[in-house]
Amino acid sequence: MTERIVIVGGGTGGSVLANDLADRLEPELDAGDVEVTLINDGPDHVYKPVWLYVPFGQREPADGRRALDELVDDAVDLRIDRVSEIDTDSRRLRFDGGGAPMEYDHLVLATGSTLEPEQIPGLVEGGHDYYSESGATALREELLEFTEGEIVLSVIGTPHMCPAAPLEFVFMVDDWFRERGLREDVEVTYTYPIQRVHGNPHIAEWARPIMEERNINVETFFNAESVDPDAETITSMEGTELDYDLLVSIPPHGGVDLIEEAGLGDGGWVDVDKHTLEAEAEAAENVYALGDTADTGVPNAGSVAHYQAGVVGQRLASEIRGRPATATYDGKTLCFIETGMDSASFVEFDYENPPSPAPPSEKLHWSKLAYNESYWLTARGLL
Amino acid sequence: MTEIEPDNTVDARGAACPGPLMDLIGAIRGAESGDVVRLLSDSEGSLTDVPEWAEEAGNELLAVEELDDHNAFYVEKA
Repeated sequence: MTERIVIVGGGTGGSVLANDLADRLEPELDAGDVEVTLINDGPDHVYKPVWLYVPFGQREPADGRRALDELVDDAVDLRIDRVSEIDTDSRRLRFDGGGAPMEYDHLVLATGSTLEPEQIPGLVEGGHDYYSESGATALREELLEFTEGEIVLSVIGTPHMCPAAPLEFVFMVDDWFRERGLREDVEVTYTYPIQRVHGNPHIAEWARPIMEERNINVETFFNAESVDPDAETITSMEGTELDYDLLVSIPPHGGVDLIEEAGLGDGGWVDVDKHTLEAEAEAAENVYALGDTADTGVPNAGSVAHYQAGVVGQRLASEIRGRPATATYDGKTLCFIETGMDSASFVEFDYENPPSPAPPSEKLHWSKLAYNESYWLTARGLL
Repeated sequence: MTEIEPDNTVDARGAACPGPLMDLIGAIRGAESGDVVRLLSDSEGSLTDVPEWAEEAGNELLAVEELDDHNAFYVEKA
């Protein structure tokens, strides 16, 4: 009897896991005892960290795109289709296009985050972002021509992908205008929903003095309620109104609807055991979630998805081989944080140990760029 | 036990800071003026950040109920 492992989502978590399993379960795959299928709703794998550099004219969206069939091991079946329903009782997936349903023995959900700017009236018309290819290229058009005025970076949705990226953006903007002699003509304001500048208190404590030193205005307890694209203002639930000439937002995020419809968790995030990454819904057996999709409380970051994929890969291999699954996720998160156009910091933390940001240096900046290039080895399961 | 009847309850137990506050803000965002949202949180940080935010946003923190392993915050949307 062939055991069928199905992974939904070909982002970092899903692709690393597919390649991990191809390697780990090679004998079983060769013998036909196991099948691994990766389902994605498009033919490409997208590496989103590239988008941070697009508005500054330093990278192209195409730099973050590669065909999945070039990245994923040939032992993995790749299906380009959009799942429309997860039935955990009959262990079956249905598809949008009406293609044949697919049965599974083990399911891994890695469907990731989607942007929901329409939640905030006026944001679609008035705001820009660098959290999508189209957003990053549209923002590039504005930013490259921007020479004076007020730039507001507003973090609206949390949790959001890459929690450090809003800090990185304002640090880079500050440095970029400074290097070009335009900083005195540009006001930069950063807004954040809670009483500090980042969700993690250790990172917030580190970042705040740097923002003060660099004359980056800060508005905390700012939860955007609406944007008026004509008047160029953004207003918060707390009653603060800010003028802008260029509004860059981190839009509200959501998961995919089919997770809530399957009773696996609210808002598109799967309730999981934060160590085993198994879905907690009683009816859902043999279901894992990883990356943004798994509601573990750790950042929605590529490094998290990468490490979690290794844990799920080990657990699945143990289960397939009839051994106890002992691998667990310890909350490990790793992140480079750009602090300018040629300097960066670095943090590493887990469930037990808080982050302690490294002193910014040029070396760390180049380490970040070097990792962005070598990411494709990670996606292939090699690094 | 408080006798306040919430219109909506957000169970953020198990979520680390600032998850509970963000869940509360999300619920208040979707609420009508006068609605009461009850937030259940076992995060220590909620004891300071929920009152701070309620005051900042002009919403009223009606009560904080201390239960065995968590707290219940009752917030009325202005």
